[in-house]
Amino acid sequence: MIVRVMGEGQWRIDDGLQARLNELDDVIGSAVEAGDEERVRATLRELAQLVKSEGEKLPDDELHPSEAIVPPDDLSLEEARELLSGEGLIPDLPAAS
Amino acid sequence: MPGLMGRASTIVKAKLSKLLDRAEDPSETLDFSYEEQLRQLQNVKRGIADVTTAKKRLEMQYTSMQQQAEKLDGQARQALQQGREDLAREALTRKAALEAQLESIMEQGRQLEAQQQKLVAGEKTLRAKVESFRSQKEVIKAQYSAAEAQVRIGEAATGIGEEMADVGLAIQRAKDKTEQMQARAGAIEELTASGALEDITGGGDDIDRELAQLGQGAQVDDELAKMKAELGAGADKKQLEGSE
Repeated sequence: MIVRVMGEGQWRIDDGLQARLNELDDVIGSAVEAGDEERVRATLRELAQLVKSEGEKLPDDELHPSEAIVPPDDLSLEEARELLSGEGLIPDLPAAS
Repeated sequence: MPGLMGRASTIVKAKLSKLLDRAEDPSETLDFSYEEQLRQLQNVKRGIADVTTAKKRLEMQYTSMQQQAEKLDGQARQALQQGREDLAREALTRKAALEAQLESIMEQGRQLEAQQQKLVAGEKTLRAKVESFRSQKEVIKAQYSAAEAQVRIGEAATGIGEEMADVGLAIQRAKDKTEQMQARAGAIEELTASGALEDITGGGDDIDRELAQLGQGAQVDDELAKMKAELGAGADKKQLEGSE
């Protein structure tokens, strides 16, 4: 599957890695709930690191949608909450806005 | 995939599908989409330029705050020489508050620098993708049936839309961060530049209390003692005696 690490690009990873990614994603979810910003950031870093070390970076000229997106690791708690509940922190796309 | 990663993906896809739903004739969509991409690429370039400008402004603010700290140091010396320890203490308190802010601005400036580098790299990737889209659209137009073309356009446009959203968000966050830093630097600059120290014979004002709360007491005491020792070494000491 293809995963985007926000601000850094896309990586193709083995589907077998998905379980591990899901685990980390869950950790982030509960850290957001607990209000533990440090843990959110540390886990996001771990998540991005895992994708980058295990995956293969997509060349710049390839155009593929990602199946999962890893948010940036300097995400604030507020932004994480916004992402989990509201419209998300991804801005409206050019022609749609 | 649930959680943060899943949510982020869902949001991007929802926004993109809104965009793609408007597609009618595939080849018309392709050209329209490409025009949009070029326009958006310009916006990205402008956005990066804005961040660069804001960063420069922040650097200037930093320099002016440094000068302010130096000036306060000079004022403290002058006050001590005139036997006004209260004013010297006040000046050093302001200086300590300023220095604490300077350090935090420096740290955030470093983060901003890293973000800026990512933005530049992001713009380069985006440009490569837009170029790739341009050549792919000609192939799609020439070789595929309408139905097939629709699918391929969907893929390519989603891929590129995602890249746009990614760079767009990074620019927005870098801008927000710079603005916050500027506002804070401006506020502290104003706070430390105004008030009683302009008139060496005047008393304190309400700023004193705020600054005192910043808890730089020990640092101020140390520096005051050091300054006294320096000045005392070559000057008439009698005015300076009797302090804590």
